[in-house]
Amino acid sequence: MSYLLKRLGFYLLTVWAAVTINFFVPRMIPGDPVQALITKQRGQMTSEAVRSLYVLFGLDKDESLASQYFSYLGQLLRGDLGMSFTFFPSPVADVIGDGLPWTVGLVGITTVIGFFLGTAAGAVVGWRRGTWADSLIPVTTFVSSIPYFWLGLVAIALLTGPGSFFPASGAYEIGLVPNWDWQFIGSTVQHGLLPAFTILVSSVSGWILSMRNMMVTVSSDDYVTVAHAKGLPERRVMLAYAARNALLPNVSGFALALGFIVGGTLLVEIVFSYPGLGLQLFQAVGAKDYPLLQGIFLIITLSVLLANLLADVAYLALDPRTRREA
Amino acid sequence: MKERILDVRGLNVGYGLGDDAVRAVRDVDLTLHKGEVLGLAGESGSGKSTLAYGMTRLLPPPGVVTGGEVLYHLEDGSSVDLLRLPDADLRRLRWSEIAIVFQGAINSLNPVQRISTQLVDVLKAHSPRTPHRLRQDRARELLTLVGIATDRLHSYPHQLSGGMRQRVMIAMALALQPRVVIMDEPTTALDVVVQRQILRTLVDLRERLGFSVVFITHDLSLLVEFSDRIAIMYAGRVVEEAQSADLYRTPLHPYSDGLLRSFPALKGPRRDLAGIPGSPPDLRTMPTGCAFHPRCPRALDVCDSQTPALGQSRQNRSVACWLHPVAVP
Amino acid sequence: MRHNRKAFIGLVALGVFAVLAVVGPWLAPFEPSMRSNALLQPPSSEHWFGTTHLGQDIFSQVLAGTRSVVFVGAVAGIVATVLSVLVGVTAGYLSGSAGEGLSALSNVFLVIPALPLIVIITSSLPETSNLTIALVIGLTSWAWNARVLRAQTLSLRRRDYVEAARANGESTWRIVLFEILPNLYAVIASGFVGTVLFAVISEITLAFIGVSDAGGWNWGTVLYWAQSQQALAQGAWWWFVPAGLAIALLGTALSLVNFGIDEYVNPRLRTRSSLRGVHMRVGFTPVLIKESS
Repeated sequence: MSYLLKRLGFYLLTVWAAVTINFFVPRMIPGDPVQALITKQRGQMTSEAVRSLYVLFGLDKDESLASQYFSYLGQLLRGDLGMSFTFFPSPVADVIGDGLPWTVGLVGITTVIGFFLGTAAGAVVGWRRGTWADSLIPVTTFVSSIPYFWLGLVAIALLTGPGSFFPASGAYEIGLVPNWDWQFIGSTVQHGLLPAFTILVSSVSGWILSMRNMMVTVSSDDYVTVAHAKGLPERRVMLAYAARNALLPNVSGFALALGFIVGGTLLVEIVFSYPGLGLQLFQAVGAKDYPLLQGIFLIITLSVLLANLLADVAYLALDPRTRREA
Repeated sequence: MKERILDVRGLNVGYGLGDDAVRAVRDVDLTLHKGEVLGLAGESGSGKSTLAYGMTRLLPPPGVVTGGEVLYHLEDGSSVDLLRLPDADLRRLRWSEIAIVFQGAINSLNPVQRISTQLVDVLKAHSPRTPHRLRQDRARELLTLVGIATDRLHSYPHQLSGGMRQRVMIAMALALQPRVVIMDEPTTALDVVVQRQILRTLVDLRERLGFSVVFITHDLSLLVEFSDRIAIMYAGRVVEEAQSADLYRTPLHPYSDGLLRSFPALKGPRRDLAGIPGSPPDLRTMPTGCAFHPRCPRALDVCDSQTPALGQSRQNRSVACWLHPVAVP
Repeated sequence: MRHNRKAFIGLVALGVFAVLAVVGPWLAPFEPSMRSNALLQPPSSEHWFGTTHLGQDIFSQVLAGTRSVVFVGAVAGIVATVLSVLVGVTAGYLSGSAGEGLSALSNVFLVIPALPLIVIITSSLPETSNLTIALVIGLTSWAWNARVLRAQTLSLRRRDYVEAARANGESTWRIVLFEILPNLYAVIASGFVGTVLFAVISEITLAFIGVSDAGGWNWGTVLYWAQSQQALAQGAWWWFVPAGLAIALLGTALSLVNFGIDEYVNPRLRTRSSLRGVHMRVGFTPVLIKESS
């Protein structure tokens, strides 16, 4: 299991790097954003909240850089991400807590489904090289060059409007109270379909392309020729020999590309006014809500790392060469 | 006359189509008899592997078979042309009649599946009704046959040494008791000691099971020792064919002579090690006439204008060289 | 390139975009920010792509915006490529902990989600201009290529001729510059093209969420205004379709060039598999015999 331990060590390093970036970046902000907030709220802030924001922005000039850094780390460990400017007086942690489930539900599920669909389609297209399947390639190239959010705009223009089944914005019917009854779940699914479809269409094409290329490369490997020479049924050669091996780089590619994909998919939330982290990121940028921006960055990074860890476990299960049997 | 098992007639194999096409195998005739070891020798690029994969239709893209026929004579006396067989029939015939041991066992085994899976799936594909237990027993039996402990059955390829992997490939090739085994440089990637061990195993198994072998290698001295008959290939053509003892004693084609001088003999009379000057021709820009003439120490005037045909020069010997007048059949 | 139609088409399209980047602002029939009384008009002979809620000419905005897009793409691409070559080749060539450390550094940058990182940096900067946006994108997006280059360098340094040069006592710089780098050109080029694509999409995405060069135009700012003025709800499809298509065309052109490079590096990918109607199948070599002969 030394492989997993090594990966865990790497993820800890990455978390530390993200936290450190988060510590230094706010120092570039011109002026004193906290003072501006205090003035705006006319003394409604508790001294504790002010203190927490000062630590976050590195504004407590009396302290040394090192002690600023450690008090910042200590604050993060307590789960204190500061106070949101836009949603004052809610703490950032609460704001993110509201948005995270929607994002995990929408972006998380569609990203995984997109990977499986694209990989399966790419395997078929790569295997059937030189047939009609090749004509899919220009289409997927074009689609994968379009920003996700623009595809969302097109989907809204074409598929929503008066009388349409698809709502153009939100995550559920206005007026419903979030709970686990059928009416609410049904409304959530109805609202999620179009954004999910947008993310699927954009992300699937990338996986089709990469899996197709891996299939083409693997198909002329010796063991695939051996499988043909053995007279195995075509399905078995394709699945157990070619696709099974082509899958490996695609899984590690999934882990590596996650950071890129999540960035793109978050934007879809903005277009559909879907109340997840992406929409909050958008609002935070507009309102210069630095604590919320930083908090979202940290949470997204942590989620991507967690997903990476899962992809590592999957890779470990798929490739016997990474398993060290004593 | 021995019973024929495989007849290759006028086989042409190339890479690509149209202007960029390369003819890698040209008008090759070859016969394999029952129980015989036929050696196929030549430098790399001579077309010997292309010939083997072309006649079994296993050549990967952009390979194309452009002419000829490959007649396989079944046990019941009927014959089929491998090049004109429907895919499903060819798939059934593969491995059960003609099995292949590929060069470089490192890449021949599927890296993500256990040895057992890869041995059993071929049994399953060709006799789907055999119970699972019997297949497992057969897989164990096959490993024992090639001298591997049966507790290795559930290993992954990367857990085995190079020699063991090649033994697994041999075991796999024999799984369905084929009548023909094609071996493409089966020992090239291995060190000399392991090479000899594996050849020993192969000789034993062949005597025991009686299959015919097409043995492909660039190492002519290996063939002299191991095969009954040898065909020498140069630039896509067979330039000489003879019983291996005859070929070894009196090579007729200057290229065969050069090849024999490229390796130290393992037994028999010593020769000067000379090798062949120059390198094989680029298949895109072949010399006119006999393809070997630019490198030939004994080239005649006629050699650069006319291609010699392969024909009988004396009893049981064929050669394609202007030095040896032949009776063209 | 002679045989590669895809790369050729891609390069021609890129050339067109490059020319537009230079002359676009002069070609634009209107000043892109100029207001007029023609509010929210659909495309017409006067306003090819229609107008905004303030009567601005969208065709002029898209045309003038090309410069910023190409500039940010090129600058970020160059910065990221230089960094990736420095980090990747060094990490691949150095053995031991220095190489491992650089490799870990690029992996860290690879795993951290790029877009949110770019967002927090650019929105914290005292000023945002095309140059600062390009620099931030370039400085955060070199990791993928560095990783690829490291792997390539690792395999190259074990090749015979490199080992021989080392045994001859040639200096490390000479070996890297003359023995290793020339073999990496295709990989570096493909990395550059990929980064440009990423930078263009990032810049447009940033502009779409409101981080852009103050007062300047690019395709993302067009989309930002379309979104914030609810162009969709008003049925003003012309407001966001042209900019989106421009992005998709530029992106496709870049992808085509990269396909060409990929096929050059990995010959197995060349799609010449169905030449003259012959289907090349793995496992069943096609047999083409004229039966009459």
